[in-house]
Amino acid sequence: MNRLALPMIRLDNLTLGYDRHPAVHHLSAEIPAGALVAVVGPNGAGKSTLLKGLAGELRPIGGRILLPELPAGGLAYMPQRGEIDHSFPVSVFDVVAMGLWHEIGAFGGLSHEQRRRVRAALDAVGMAGFESRPIGSLSGGQLQRARFARLMLQDAPLILLDEPFAAIDSRTVDDLVELILAWHDEGRTILTVVHDLEQVRRHFPTALLLSREPVAFGPTAEVLTPERLARARRLSEAFDDNAHECHLEELPVVVAPDAAENAHPHAHDHGHACDEGHGHAHPAAQATPRPRRGLPRH
Amino acid sequence: MFDLLISPFTEFAFMRRALAGCLALALGATPVGVFLLLRRMSLMGDAMSHAILPGAAIGYLAFGLSLGAMTIGGIVAGLVVVFAAGLVTRASVLKEDASLAAFYLLSLAAGVMIVSLRGQNLDLLHVLFGSVLGLDDASLLLIAGIASVTLVSLALLFRPLVMECFDPAFLRGVSRWSPVAHYGFLMLVVVNLVSGFHALGTLMAVGIMILPSAAARLWAKGLPMLLLLAVLFAFGSGASGLLLSFHVDVPAGPAIVLVCGVVYFVSLLAAPGGLLAGRLPVRHHLES
Repeated sequence: MNRLALPMIRLDNLTLGYDRHPAVHHLSAEIPAGALVAVVGPNGAGKSTLLKGLAGELRPIGGRILLPELPAGGLAYMPQRGEIDHSFPVSVFDVVAMGLWHEIGAFGGLSHEQRRRVRAALDAVGMAGFESRPIGSLSGGQLQRARFARLMLQDAPLILLDEPFAAIDSRTVDDLVELILAWHDEGRTILTVVHDLEQVRRHFPTALLLSREPVAFGPTAEVLTPERLARARRLSEAFDDNAHECHLEELPVVVAPDAAENAHPHAHDHGHACDEGHGHAHPAAQATPRPRRGLPRH
Repeated sequence: MFDLLISPFTEFAFMRRALAGCLALALGATPVGVFLLLRRMSLMGDAMSHAILPGAAIGYLAFGLSLGAMTIGGIVAGLVVVFAAGLVTRASVLKEDASLAAFYLLSLAAGVMIVSLRGQNLDLLHVLFGSVLGLDDASLLLIAGIASVTLVSLALLFRPLVMECFDPAFLRGVSRWSPVAHYGFLMLVVVNLVSGFHALGTLMAVGIMILPSAAARLWAKGLPMLLLLAVLFAFGSGASGLLLSFHVDVPAGPAIVLVCGVVYFVSLLAAPGGLLAGRLPVRHHLES
């Protein structure tokens, strides 16, 4: 592989889930630095789970996430429903200034220049003049703008946005999309969960279609075809609470002809297609096979 | 007026000590109470105050009414409950309130049983209701020391703690300070409850933390003003409670907490965040 073009994100047969039920199943993908990726799929497709995993909030239950090019603290993640306490007595300025944590840490003060940048970020999201307003007095759209301003100050090369446009009016969405496109122009890598497919087609060059199983990843026009979208819907409907164990991760590291008896017979008599993302070898994925247990609890 | 308000303190050393104790509690415990309130952990403070009882009781059982033994016992018991509850919260399906309730109830039951082994109700009353009018030099130094440590710790933890309260997910995303802020804060709660229980007893210690904070929250919009007001309310209530206790001859601990309660109810009626403000008719609203 060309050392110069290391991907920003490399997903290696990644499985993420809750209580042993996979929500992202055997996903392998390489996302180059500077990509603007829309993560699309039906509800429950594992989009938010993927972002959580990338942000390090959820440990993979199989496979690996590699972020080879990412400097420490270079990831900014905006969850869909933050745990923000709206009644907390802080001002909009203070909240946006939190984005400067990587510069000031726990003890540093704000310099004049940094104060100016906080105000500039507020200006950029159309919130100039709101500095001293308490955060609880903002509308949903204004709060989202303030969160974008904070994200802007984080100055991260990798940005993960989980449904940033949920319950936001169209004018605010247009403004926020402009900000995302500007970040894209600055060379940042951005993954955004979006539900509006029209918007994806218009603004996002790359799309990742998930439906628990990875369905397609590539240029948006080739991913968002009617057939693939229909397939995504079908996959998301076939969900079995009493699913059997998936033993794909026990594949040998290199599938050699004489290792045929090690390759598990895939007794996949259940609904979900386990053979989605493993048309290739899995380097060092899950070195120690998990012991078989009974049916998964739930 | 002078006789009523000032001379009790100039004439009697025990009143001066009690006043100094109240000042230390107002400076140390009340800011901690403000953050308890903002973190919606007001009732948790109450639970914690019960959790320190068995430690203090074991110290009492082993060494009698010894300041050091009861203090260390109380702090150890409080920390055990805090960390055990934290561990259960992280590793099981129980939420923090449930796991904490389990531990503090056990702790309280154990504490009452241990105290009763010695069998004198008078001592139990001392542990439960404190003795602000009987503070000796050692207790006073302890309370003042804990207040100083608390103020310095709060100053150091301030930014991470505010972020942990306001948006913990964001703090976890940008730094490793989240558990430091959370557990550091809980440790401050424990040491301040122990400090408060020497003066006011385990049951009343939470009063001087939460009531002035709740009253100040009704007035203040920003955090600095909130902290300042809460400390002023707490100290004012402490001084008034002592005078009330002196003139009317009632126990000082409950008197202080009841004065805090008066401040709270007045705030509830008069403050902009209180009951009446939103219900008054608005004569002229703003243009935008």
